[in-house]
Amino acid sequence: MNSPERSVYLDHAATTPMVPEAIAVMTEELARTGNASSLHASGRAARRTVEEARELIAERFGARPSEVVFCSGGTEANNLAIKGLYWSRLAQDPARDRIIFSAIEHHALLDPVTWLAKHEGAQVDMTPVDSAGRILIDELRASVDAAPSRVAAITTMWANNEMGTIQPISDVVQIAREYDIPVHSDAVQAAGYVPLDFAASGLDAMTITAHKLGGPVGVGALIIRREIDATPLLHGGGQERDLRSGTIGVALIAAFAKAVDVTLARQAETVVRIEALRQRLVDGILQVVPDAIVNGDPLPGPDHRLPNIAHVTFPGCEGDAMLMLLDAQGIECSTGSACAAGVPQPSHVLLAMGYDEVAARGSLRFSLGHTSTEADVDALIAALPAVHQRALRANLVRTTS
Amino acid sequence: MRVVAAMSGGVDSAVAAARAVDAGHDVTGVHLALSRNPRSYRSGARGCCSIEDAGDARRAADQLGIPFYVWDMSEEFADNVVDDFIAEYSAGRTPNPCLRCNEKIKFAAVLDRALALGFDAVATGHYAQLETAADGTIEMHRAIDMGKDQSYVLGVLTQDQLAHSLFPLGDTTKDVVRVEAARRGIQVAQKPDSHDICFIPDGDNAGWLTEKLGPKPGSIVDEDGTVLREHEGAYAFTIGQRRGLRLGVPADDGKPRFVLDIEPVSGTVTVGPREQLSVDSLEGIKPLWCGAAPTESLDCTVQLRAHGEEHRATVVVDGSDVRVELHDPAFGIAPGQACVIYDGTRVVGSATISHTNRRVDA
Repeated sequence: MNSPERSVYLDHAATTPMVPEAIAVMTEELARTGNASSLHASGRAARRTVEEARELIAERFGARPSEVVFCSGGTEANNLAIKGLYWSRLAQDPARDRIIFSAIEHHALLDPVTWLAKHEGAQVDMTPVDSAGRILIDELRASVDAAPSRVAAITTMWANNEMGTIQPISDVVQIAREYDIPVHSDAVQAAGYVPLDFAASGLDAMTITAHKLGGPVGVGALIIRREIDATPLLHGGGQERDLRSGTIGVALIAAFAKAVDVTLARQAETVVRIEALRQRLVDGILQVVPDAIVNGDPLPGPDHRLPNIAHVTFPGCEGDAMLMLLDAQGIECSTGSACAAGVPQPSHVLLAMGYDEVAARGSLRFSLGHTSTEADVDALIAALPAVHQRALRANLVRTTS
Repeated sequence: MRVVAAMSGGVDSAVAAARAVDAGHDVTGVHLALSRNPRSYRSGARGCCSIEDAGDARRAADQLGIPFYVWDMSEEFADNVVDDFIAEYSAGRTPNPCLRCNEKIKFAAVLDRALALGFDAVATGHYAQLETAADGTIEMHRAIDMGKDQSYVLGVLTQDQLAHSLFPLGDTTKDVVRVEAARRGIQVAQKPDSHDICFIPDGDNAGWLTEKLGPKPGSIVDEDGTVLREHEGAYAFTIGQRRGLRLGVPADDGKPRFVLDIEPVSGTVTVGPREQLSVDSLEGIKPLWCGAAPTESLDCTVQLRAHGEEHRATVVVDGSDVRVELHDPAFGIAPGQACVIYDGTRVVGSATISHTNRRVDA
């Protein structure tokens, strides 16, 4: 039986442990009463905590405090961004009914876009990617140029959650600027691992979430420029700039800010350490499984790839068999995106990169984080040969029966 | 042993997994995803393939403290069970998809994968009992709960398969299983039993087949060949069927009529009185023996459909075929179903019914 303290956690891209400082702040805040919208002293104290958190997060991500709209996390922020932008732009100009999005977006963006197409008559235009998982900027330009006055919004994630491939956001912004088209970027996976400066990026909206950078699950933010109109999804008290309603989660927000504070202060050194760990992991895998293929952009750095993700295809194996065998030894990783019933589906990201379904099923994502150690990596490499052999055999049984 | 417990999300497989844990095995729960699109199969309390069922199975595994995974067997299931079901019906036969699933999926594709991944056995919630005979042969016997006994749908399993199978519920009645589930705090303790074919969402086999195969009109005729009405597809009918024939005019003698014969090429469905359904002997193909094949004629009992009654019979193996002489006539026996052969409670083997015969003087 796996015990949590013994597990080798290589799934930080799914969620990373909270930093102790954030746990401390959250615990402290949970013991306090006060609705940040109340007018009495307790309410004012809660409001102060929230606004200080907002200021800190804004400052660390190059935004103004009023641009930070707290919400429940990445999924909500992405929904608010894309639906909100689409509806408000369409209301201003009924011709603006097109959304340009990339083929490798997370489901939290992909599904709202698909929903808008199905239920709200949005015309959607998917930007393809190259074999490293980076959008083809010329294709994006062509789809903008085809009918610029009809584009409601463009959305391209900052860094892909499966590959770690970093997208050419400044190029996207530059194209959009020519026609005054708002651009949103889902930066959930990038935050904490690459420098993010909202103002300098030229983006109009950007999604971040706490639990990928050492904060709690259940809180995130859409950073959105003051000038940009977006239609709210949740109606109620209008607590967050009238864009988002719901009683403000003071403890969650305080812990989010503390995690941002701590994680971004250490970011430069963490990135160096984690990139070295990733190299150790990749080298180790290729040593024990020479025909393994490391996917995505091989180059490190903020223009290329996140330091913490290694996405690997094991030819002739099924990812879910390997995941199970590793899990049995307390080594935890991911096959990519999971569907509702837990049936491993071939990743749409790999398919978009030109892989076939078999290769897409035979892949694992290992992702490192602030608590990762050399011992974690070494445990994986030690376990891998036997796991790989078994998975090969299981696949053989399957394909020949 | 390292055991894969196949967990459908129902009470039986949950308790079977629990018992495998209690027996000291290292158990991993596995839910089989059999549908390419989980939403398209039956949902709700009776299914085995819905997202809700996968969730129920996961909860039960959590409560047992065992790891849990979903294995995608949808391709194997579509190829070996669903396509076979369609092909059999379009050939005028009546297949048993549960039996087919056990033969090709649960105790083949799943078992093979489990063995390759380092497991030793697959445990399921089937009601049947295994015993090892003095000579080392593994015998499968009927469950003690005859109302739940599932040895019929397991009658296709060979020694190799049985050597890696565990049926922890065979010595227990369903009532006791439910009580035990409740005592263990398993949420699905009161979940209703499943009855229908899992990939036909509403239990409307005829409608489902019509959708898959398209209309293929033919006639319903009486024994003299008089056309009684036209139909949309012979696959909507099963030998022995009485309900839903919608013949309008009653038979001359006023007695109910049954489907006697289905001719798949012309699509002609013949109906007639019950006595014409009586079968005195039958032929089976593709026999599978639970141990050594019988070398001489065998006085035994046979079961000719799921939850059907036992018939005393003499079975003769004739090369790769089996001849079964029934000591008393059986009624409404459909080709395509399995003839499972028993010696007392012990499963001897099985064959697929290819032909039924009626003594002319009957």
